[in-house]
Amino acid sequence: MKLTGAHILWQSLVKEGVDAVFGISGGAVVHLFHALPEYPIHFVLMRHEQAAAHAADGYARATGKVGVCIATSGPGATNLVTGIATAHMDSSPVLAITGQVRTYLIGKDAFQETDITGITLPITKHNYLVTSVEELAMTVKEAVHIARTGRPGPVLIDIAFDVQAAETEYIYPDSVDLPGYKPTYVGNPRQIRQAAALINRAQRPIILAGRGINLAGAHEELRALVEKTHIPVATTLLGKSCIPESHELCLGMVGMHGEAFVNRAVQDADLIIAIGMRFSDRVTGNLATFAPKAQIVHIDLDPAEIGKNVTVDLPIVGDAKQVLAELALLVEPGERADWLAQIAEWREDSSQHDILNRDFEELLPQYVIRQIYEVTDGQALMVSDVGQNQMWEAQYYRHCQLNSLYTSGGLGTMGFALPAAIGAKMGRPEELVWVTAGDGGFQMNIQELATVAQEKLPLKIAILNNGYLGMVRQWQQFFFEGRYSGTPLLGPDFAKVAEAYSIKGLTVTEKAQVRPAIEEALAHNGPVVIDFRIEQEENVYPMVPAGGSISDMIRRPAPAT
Amino acid sequence: MRHTLVALMEDKPGVLNRVASLFRRRNFNIESLTVGHSEMPGISRMTIVTEGDGRTVEQVVKQLYKLINVTKVTDVTHDATVIRELALIKVHATSHNRAEILQLVDIFRAQVVDVAVNSLTIEITGDEDKVDGFIALLRPYGIMEMARTGRVVMLRGSNGTK
Repeated sequence: MKLTGAHILWQSLVKEGVDAVFGISGGAVVHLFHALPEYPIHFVLMRHEQAAAHAADGYARATGKVGVCIATSGPGATNLVTGIATAHMDSSPVLAITGQVRTYLIGKDAFQETDITGITLPITKHNYLVTSVEELAMTVKEAVHIARTGRPGPVLIDIAFDVQAAETEYIYPDSVDLPGYKPTYVGNPRQIRQAAALINRAQRPIILAGRGINLAGAHEELRALVEKTHIPVATTLLGKSCIPESHELCLGMVGMHGEAFVNRAVQDADLIIAIGMRFSDRVTGNLATFAPKAQIVHIDLDPAEIGKNVTVDLPIVGDAKQVLAELALLVEPGERADWLAQIAEWREDSSQHDILNRDFEELLPQYVIRQIYEVTDGQALMVSDVGQNQMWEAQYYRHCQLNSLYTSGGLGTMGFALPAAIGAKMGRPEELVWVTAGDGGFQMNIQELATVAQEKLPLKIAILNNGYLGMVRQWQQFFFEGRYSGTPLLGPDFAKVAEAYSIKGLTVTEKAQVRPAIEEALAHNGPVVIDFRIEQEENVYPMVPAGGSISDMIRRPAPAT
Repeated sequence: MRHTLVALMEDKPGVLNRVASLFRRRNFNIESLTVGHSEMPGISRMTIVTEGDGRTVEQVVKQLYKLINVTKVTDVTHDATVIRELALIKVHATSHNRAEILQLVDIFRAQVVDVAVNSLTIEITGDEDKVDGFIALLRPYGIMEMARTGRVVMLRGSNGTK
């Protein structure tokens, strides 16, 4: 049967299981939009292409399926860039479709022409420019395959305008032939045996678990390994919720804003088993002083991650689910009572520095997050923005549901949370989805409240409003003589803004109002924005100064007496 | 240390750009890079000379493998190889010194490929040391123009880099 390029695209995506697409129309994709209503795909009209890419990313993180976004040529395509880079840093399977000018106009600086395959070369797993309709079906097949297999990542398909209208015989391939792309899923058995031997010998082992566990769906395998060996688990930011945080062997987050006792455990460990994480500078601090006593076993699907940042004693390239299942069979059961008791002692010390264990009257962001956690019983899907709010979410929301935190970890993209939450909610409509954001980041994609209203998505949105670009302000306070240059922020009345979009808006100015406001938001059958006017100069503690050793954290000062 | 890599890749638009972009983005050095057809239709062969310690070069290889169009990467630095480079050199030559230059051409088993009133164009093939040595000897006469291809390499014996 002959089909146009536009029909070939949608038909192929439907075959790949795509049921939602996020984007904005435009001149160079008008054929695609003309054909779209003929297919069982829900189109979500976003208000900015960056938000469309984040929404596709949020959908992908929440469902594990490929998230699809679409934009027109030129500015539509370039607006996707931040969202694609965000997905790339966090290994999210996103498929970006862009329109391109007519084939014969390419390279002529035509209206709304931009070299989007050139621009996105370093921020995609792979990309394609399609200039002939005969290539389109195979391109879609390959693109989806590349996006979701191996270490997932974003793939972009740029489709020339005339290709969308041209017709060809439609045959959808059922396999791909990519001689240069053969991910290694099965770990080397000898290396797995060696890892088991190292684990059996270790007195003070610790697991560093990253997003790879969430991506591989290796939650049960991790848990089985941990419960058999009693090895405690520290997670990276994106590794949070790879094991229920209520689990006694889950320590919480490691790194720059990890709790001091977690970093201490890493620094004192004799064996690190790193799984699906990449030793980011936010995790390791100064590499020269990182985990000086530990041998390192590194399990990752991407061979290029091994040895990239730290020297590894034992690499295992493979899928976390498969490797952990094998490993769990080979390790000996262990109690590790002394080591766990030592960590418990350090944990007690950390707990004494915790602001929530002191008396306070102010409206503190930590308290807000802890209340959201308590009211939702740790079961919500949390989509957090970037900055102080992100760290408070990570420190005070205890994720009891698996794979339930979506946040921009690698790129640190402010403005991520609201549009990503739209995607997450579209992908898992039965779940309660909360957005936590600062007043700065929220204003970077505040226009998406219109999308929330149009799609009638009952998101619960908590703005931790301190009137600053708070994380930078904190750095200025600590390291730049308290000169708040470019960080004070005059925001709008967010509750009124919400109301203008026909969304319920609440404002909270006192501690006593926090819980009732959260309960009111949950009782309301629709989206709600809560503007929490938090203590303005509250800091994220503890903190490792950038480039410092994770042994050496800035702790919260003792209360004035 | 200097490493020589041989990479095989699909001959598709933009593949050279992907490789060059990778080296720039990851802050790897390229000393020389040559690309051309291989014995297999649709597969290009690239020879890359890069400077770096073992760990850096291991990263280069792994990052190259992440490019979907790259099918094979081999570090041949420590293998027995035939290494060749070709240079075209246009050197200033007068009736007084032409004979001297032709003697050098002879000694280096180079070839004169073009002659003009005031110049000779010479083609030389060999490893870099030989080409460097020849250029050093020609320099006093006045090199007017020069084009070097960069290194191409092949394993000795019947084993291929496939």
